[in-house]
This record gives sequence, C-alpha cells and structure tokens, in this order.
Amino acid sequence: MQALLAAPLAKAEELNPLLPHVVEIALSLVVFGLLLFAVWKYVTPRFEQIYAERTHAIEGGLAAAETKQAEAAALMADLEQQLADARHEAARIREEAREQGAQIIAEMREQAQADAARIVEHGKTQIEAERQQAVTSLRAEVGSLATSLAGRIVGESLEDDDRSARVVERFLADLETIEASQAAGGGAS
Amino acid sequence: MTIATSVVRTAEGDGFTPPGPHDFDLPAIGGGHDTFEMFGQTFVLGVTKPMLQIVLAGILVFAFFYAAARKQAMVPGRLQFVGEEAYGFVRNSLGRDIIGARDFARYVPYLFTLFFFILLNNLFASIPFIEFPTFSRSGMVYGLAIMSWVIYNVAGMRRHGVGGYLKLQTVPAGIGGPMLLLLIPLEFMSNILVRPVTLALRLFANMFAGHLLLILFALGGEYILTEKAIQYAPVGILAWVLFIAVAFLEMLIQFLQAYVFVLLNAMYISGALADEH
Repeated sequence: MQALLAAPLAKAEELNPLLPHVVEIALSLVVFGLLLFAVWKYVTPRFEQIYAERTHAIEGGLAAAETKQAEAAALMADLEQQLADARHEAARIREEAREQGAQIIAEMREQAQADAARIVEHGKTQIEAERQQAVTSLRAEVGSLATSLAGRIVGESLEDDDRSARVVERFLADLETIEASQAAGGGAS
Repeated sequence: MTIATSVVRTAEGDGFTPPGPHDFDLPAIGGGHDTFEMFGQTFVLGVTKPMLQIVLAGILVFAFFYAAARKQAMVPGRLQFVGEEAYGFVRNSLGRDIIGARDFARYVPYLFTLFFFILLNNLFASIPFIEFPTFSRSGMVYGLAIMSWVIYNVAGMRRHGVGGYLKLQTVPAGIGGPMLLLLIPLEFMSNILVRPVTLALRLFANMFAGHLLLILFALGGEYILTEKAIQYAPVGILAWVLFIAVAFLEMLIQFLQAYVFVLLNAMYISGALADEH
C-alpha cells in the first residue's frame, strides 16, 4: 500500500521531459549521420544528374530547333532572293528586247528612207541628164529646121500670103514626115 | 501499477489520471526493467519505441528516395516524379532561395535529408499503430540541434576564419564605440548560444504538447463515456470530435515543424556564409 501510494507521487516529481536520454542523443546523431551519408552518396547526386541532363536536353533541343529555324529562314531568304533576281532578269531581258526591237525598227526606217531618198535622187539626176540631152539635141534640130525653113521661105516669095502659108504648111508637113522618118524628111525638102 | 493507481485514486474520489510526462517515458521493449541514473533522474535502460522509430525513419527515408532516384529516367515515372518533386522542393525553396545560388549545392543533401527525416519522424505521431512522435523525446531533438549548431558554425568559420566569423556574428554593422560593449554579448548570445536551444525546444515542445493534447482528448473522452453518468456522454463525444480535429491540426504542425527546423538551419547557414555587411 505504501508503494502504491508513493508511485504516482514519485512519477509526478521525477520526470522532467527536458532532461535528455543520452542514448537518444547519440542514436539520433548516428542514425541521421548514416542516413545523410547514404543520401549524399546514392540519392542527391542522381537527382542532380537527372536535373542537369533534363536541362541539357531541353536546352539542346531548343538550340537545335533554333538552328533549324535559322537555316529554314536563310533558305527562304535565299529562294526569295533568287526569285527576285530571276524576275529582275526577265524584266531586264524584256526591256532590252523592246529597246532592241525599237532600235531595229528605227534603223530599218532610216535605211528605207535613205534608200528612197537615194532612188529619188538617182531618178532626178537621170531625168535631168535626159532632159539636158533632149534640150541639146532639140536645140541642134530646131536650129537646122529653122535654118531650112528660113531658106525655103526666103527662096519662095515672101509677099504672097498664100505662098507663105503653103510654105509653112509644107514645112510642117515636112516636119511630120521628119518625125516619121527623121533623116529622109529633112533631106527631101 | 497504472491500474492500481487509478483504483486508489477512484477510492479517493478522483478517478482520472491526467496524461503527463510519464506517458512519454515508454518502457524498454522486451520488458526489461533496468534503469540508470543521470541528471538526478532515472532513465529506462534498453531499446524503447522511439529508438526503433528513429531507425525505421532512417531506413524508410533512404529506401524511398533510393528507389525514386534509382532509374534516373529522363521522363520520370510516378515514383521518380514524387521523389524529384520532394527533392526539388527542399533544394529550391529551402536551399537555393535562402542560402543563395552560389553556395547552396553543398548544403542541399543535408537540408534534404534533415527535412524528410524530421517529417517522417513527426508523421509517426499520426500513423496508426505507431502513434508516437519520435521528437517528443528531448534527447532525439538535442542530437539534431547540436548537429545543426556545429554545421552552421563550422560553415561560417571555414568561410571567414574563426575571428572573422565571430566578428560577423557578434559585431553589428555601422555601430561603434561603447554601444558595442552592450551589443557584442547580446549578439553572441542570440546568434551562437541561444539558437540551438530554441531550435531544439521548438521542435520538441510542439511534438510533446501536440501528443499530450491528443492523449488528453482521447483518454478524457473515454473516461467520461465509460466512467461517468450517461448525461455527460455528449461531452465525451465532443472530446473525441476534438481529438479528430486536433489530430488533423497536428498533421499540419508536424509538417510545419519539420519545415521550420530546416528553414532555420538554412537561414543560419546563409547568415554564417554571408559576406561582411
């Protein structure tokens, strides 16, 4: 009975929860130390490695995508450049052809004009020469005709109108004959 | 003995034994009754339940994270994802954000291990069939607090040298003259002497008090329902409802205390590594 009564009283005063059980201090340090060692050696390096690999993979993927995109953009720009060049070239060729055509036409026209002018000139010159020749031969003929006519007139009587008229008519008829056969007409009269 | 006590007390008209520190003084497993004396107090000599728990916690924490980290898959499975998220949580929010990007990597394994070790030991208080917080035993906490104290002080001394570190921790910037006579002892006390004590007491007292509260509601409710007249039954039921509510609150506190313990560790390390003001 004495012990039974003393027990709760003793318990109440003896226990101070702040006073540590030394084995527990040592045990907690040992357990934590071992755990820390194991985690440090086998767990955290692996997590860090996964993180690093993943970061690397993502960054690498992004970099690759960027490179691809840049390449595609460069290719696109190149193609556009080529297209623009081709268009420009085509336009230039067309322009050149047009210019050349215009030039050819102009040249042809000029040449044709020159030819025409030359032909006209030639014709004129020929006409002039023929005319000159005609004038020369006409002058000689007219002179001789006039001379022969005058001789006839003078040879006949100039007083008689009928006679002179006959002379003139005869002369003219002679002329016609001369025209028909030049040499014979002049010689006969 | 407990039965005898309650019988005696019932005879005296006070049948309820309120829970107290003796509820945390568990007997040795296997029924040994050897004890030893220290600090004027009698301790159980032998393997007790919290001792088994702390070993179990160490094994479980390692086993879980080892299994999670083992595969190292680029696209994580469920287990690996949980492990990575847990690791990333401590690494980034407790390590990198507080210690700083320059030095944190070195301390991440320590903070990571510490957080999940404390968390699991705290959660033991709410896990059925274990239901005892390891860190309601002050000795368990003192070990971790001493370790924290050594780690942040050694970190500071390695960075600044012993003299430089003591100056950093005890001489406030921008103050000179006689004020220093007052401030240096105060700073020394708050930064070097008191920190491990508050660190230990915060964790220990929270776990101790929380568990005590749970025991009180559980046993009190039981006592009212079984020993008292039927008209008191609603009070007993209310006590049990509160027991459940407090149990959920305890789960929050278990997490918070683990978080705070590691957070303070990180802040102490960060302060010890800080450049001269």
